[in-house]
Amino acid sequence: MLDATDLTKSYPSASGPVPVLAGVSMRLSRGETVALTGESGSGKSTLLHLLAALDTPDSGSILLDGEEITGLGDRARARLRRDRFGIVFQALNLVPSLTVAQNIAFQSRLADRYEPDLCDTLTRRLGLSNLAHRLPEDLSGGQQQRVAIGRALAARPSVLFADEPTGNLDEDTADQVIDLMLDLAADTGTACLMVTHSPRLAARLGRQVHLSKGLLS
Amino acid sequence: MTALVLRALLSHWWRRPVQLVMVLGGLMLATALWSGVQALNAEARASYAASSAALGQGSLDLLSHPDGTPVTQADFIALRRAGYPVSPVIEGTLPGRDGPVRLLGLDPLTSPPRPELAGLADGQIDLATFLTAPGLLLAAPETAALLPPALPPIRTLATLPADVIVTDVTTAARLLDRTGFDHLVLDRPLPLGLPPIGTVTDLHLTREAPSGDIAALTNSFHLNLTAFGLLSFAVGLFIVQSAIGLAFEQRRGTVRSLRAMGVSLRRVMIAIVMELSLFAVLAGAAGLALGYLLARALMPGVSGTLRALYGAQIDAAIGFDPLWAATGLAMTLAGALLAAAAALWRVGRMPLLAAGSASWARQASIGLRWQTLAALALFALASVLAVVGDSLVAGFACIAALLIGAALMLPPLVSALLWLASRAVPPGIPQWVLADTRQQVPGLSLALMALLLALSANVGVSTMVGSFRTTFIGWLDQRLAADLYLTARTADEARDIRAHLQTVTDVTTVIPIWSVPAMLDGQPGSAYGIIDDPLYRDHWPLLAARPDVWDALHRGEGVLVNEQLFRRSGLSLDDPVQVVDGWEAPVLGVYSDYGNTRPQVMADAAALAARIDPPPILRFALRVAPGTQAEVKSNIQTLFSLPETNIVDQARVKEFSLSVFERTFLVTGALNVLTLAVAGFALFMSLLTLSDLRLPQVAPVWAQGMPVRLLARLDITRSVALALVTFVVSIPVGLALAWVLLAVVNVQAFGWRLPMSVFPADWARLAGWAVLATVLASLWPALRLSSSGPVLLLRVFAAHG
Repeated sequence: MLDATDLTKSYPSASGPVPVLAGVSMRLSRGETVALTGESGSGKSTLLHLLAALDTPDSGSILLDGEEITGLGDRARARLRRDRFGIVFQALNLVPSLTVAQNIAFQSRLADRYEPDLCDTLTRRLGLSNLAHRLPEDLSGGQQQRVAIGRALAARPSVLFADEPTGNLDEDTADQVIDLMLDLAADTGTACLMVTHSPRLAARLGRQVHLSKGLLS
Repeated sequence: MTALVLRALLSHWWRRPVQLVMVLGGLMLATALWSGVQALNAEARASYAASSAALGQGSLDLLSHPDGTPVTQADFIALRRAGYPVSPVIEGTLPGRDGPVRLLGLDPLTSPPRPELAGLADGQIDLATFLTAPGLLLAAPETAALLPPALPPIRTLATLPADVIVTDVTTAARLLDRTGFDHLVLDRPLPLGLPPIGTVTDLHLTREAPSGDIAALTNSFHLNLTAFGLLSFAVGLFIVQSAIGLAFEQRRGTVRSLRAMGVSLRRVMIAIVMELSLFAVLAGAAGLALGYLLARALMPGVSGTLRALYGAQIDAAIGFDPLWAATGLAMTLAGALLAAAAALWRVGRMPLLAAGSASWARQASIGLRWQTLAALALFALASVLAVVGDSLVAGFACIAALLIGAALMLPPLVSALLWLASRAVPPGIPQWVLADTRQQVPGLSLALMALLLALSANVGVSTMVGSFRTTFIGWLDQRLAADLYLTARTADEARDIRAHLQTVTDVTTVIPIWSVPAMLDGQPGSAYGIIDDPLYRDHWPLLAARPDVWDALHRGEGVLVNEQLFRRSGLSLDDPVQVVDGWEAPVLGVYSDYGNTRPQVMADAAALAARIDPPPILRFALRVAPGTQAEVKSNIQTLFSLPETNIVDQARVKEFSLSVFERTFLVTGALNVLTLAVAGFALFMSLLTLSDLRLPQVAPVWAQGMPVRLLARLDITRSVALALVTFVVSIPVGLALAWVLLAVVNVQAFGWRLPMSVFPADWARLAGWAVLATVLASLWPALRLSSSGPVLLLRVFAAHG
């Protein structure tokens, strides 16, 4: 479904471009769950950003269902994220001005795919029913991450990208969040690529890939 | 250690140069507008003082009749014979090219020595030429250039002040058509052994000039300028407060770290005050320079206004006064500390540990409730002042309460409107836009308040000026009903002209115009004697009158009074008013008399003449057959060699009056535009600062698939919508302001009250300017957002990877 080949990416710096990815290739199939691990600064987040159409590679190719997405413009990439992807970040996931219920429904409304029943189900399963009318700033970190997962899945994405989704959470809360995320993804047939530092969490996903010095192993 | 703390605090600004520009720019603009206006006021007042001192006014004792009747030659001779060193003086105004110019008639043989007239004493100017017909006018070179050609010869004298023409008392009496003198000046020290002055004359001794107290007359004008200066200063401080508030919020972490590292709260506060002082000095110095340039640019307009309105001639140059600079800097420092007071207070109360502290936006939203209460209290105060206020200060206090109340009310109002709207729009993007806008209101509120102040001032002042203009034009049409206005140079010439006019068939009516000085309710004014003619009956602009007003007037049963006298003296119809000695007559009617600040009455010519010694009639209003105006005028001019200024047609008088009117509001208009520009700048700076702070709110939406260009477009639309809401609110506030200006301030300052008209076309134009200013202000932040690359937006989610 998602097929990346020879991706390279470097960032400018005062002392010249700093290479982050040096020809990465990987494949993500429908319904598959993959953990992307690696040391700090290895390029995990960069790779996830490229695959999620948040950024563009310097070179290489990314095919989604056989369609090249690296050459797309800002508007087309935005449409892709809206219609096909769900993204969960480590922090600052939510729209601060919207309530929990509005945040969960937001992307599905953007994609014109709003299903009130699905949103209600997700809200209930995520244990957020009592918090539906609260603003994000009134929630704990774990609650906020649950809202972000619910929002990402409410639009029935093909791929769920999660970048250190439990990085700010304690171990127990992290386990609960990951369990929920994987259960819900399985229920909706969503593929999942998760960046994590934790070998324990990585082991719970179907496959693990390790990024080191800009290359996958 | 303080230096180290200061360096840590200052490092914030290097990383956020836009905020630094906002703080320095705000302080600079506030200082510039305030100090510019103060420089104008100081220069004008210095000119009045110099002029007054140079001519001996205020330093010499004066002898005059308290009721304003002229001092006679007999009074003068009696006092001189008794040994009193008195000298006669006549004061008045001559028409100049740019408005009236003051004429001072002196007797050089008896006048106390005046250094400005040294040219007369040392023989540089021929005394015989000065004393004998046609006389000689002495004036400063810049004043001489303003005089029309049809006057006695003019000799320039650089030692004279810029606002006066000096001539012999006989020449002045002829030019001003006076009999007798205005007052006698008494030179001191007096010789010993003089008889008591009361045994020689019934004149009263005073130290004040009985008329021409320009400084007092222009007070309202300067108060108006000062009010505008303060408004601009306040708008500038809004920018500063906005920038400092945000900067303090962003430096919470720095302050907390400093304190965690052992820096005392006191030292942090000292460092912050030092930082603010540094900014105030830097921006204040630049603001003073800008203010000086601004004052120089506006001075010709102010000078023209004062000359046209009050006959006050002030130097068009602006001098540098160290006291002005020091006061300006002190004002900047005080303003900076005031603007930072709330932020300093928050730093002082900030807990050392971050937990539980509400966000800046949240704190601001909590403050909305208090703002609403404060606004309601200020509205109540403004209402009370509008009803019971009976002074200029009360009028301006009412305006201040109204404007500050409206500014405080705006953010809660906008927030409430957005809340209501968010319930009405469909979920999704519209709902997010409204919710996001509501969250932005605290950050934008100061800029919106500044915009509201500027827009309200524009609506209010333009409504006031427009109402004044509409009323004034209608009034001119009514009052200038004659076709030609003629002034003879001498009584003999007047008699000859009048005899000639009776033979001209095209002249249908000749109406004599004459007046005498009169002391009306303790103020110097004039009493006019008028004949019974349709010119008055059909055209005179009466504001209130008895039903049979004209018949009663010409039966000598009472008088008409001008609005100024009517309001200032608290008169009602039928109240008695003292016209001249021994004649107290009831008020039959009130007429509007715009442009004149003095009291005036109109009586039947025969009734008035029976009670005084009437002056020779030199002025006439003529009505002529349709289409013959130019021909009649030309014939009279040719036949009597009358100068152009002595026979003017109605159109020219109207044109002159309207040009005086337009010039009067030139400076007000300029300050209006400047205040709006400052408010636009405030909005721009706030949007620019917020654009940085908004990334965490925008990035998640972008990540979910909303293109940045759409986000940028929505940002512009949102800013324009907020500006339009502000504009809509500014209409009632501006109209209330106009009402206070027309019904309270004008009545106190000038003595007249004007009907209020509304000018929706002006509002539409102002709305256009507001939208343009907002689009321009939001364009750069929007462009920055739309060109934000993924790297910038992704930094928001920065996970380590």
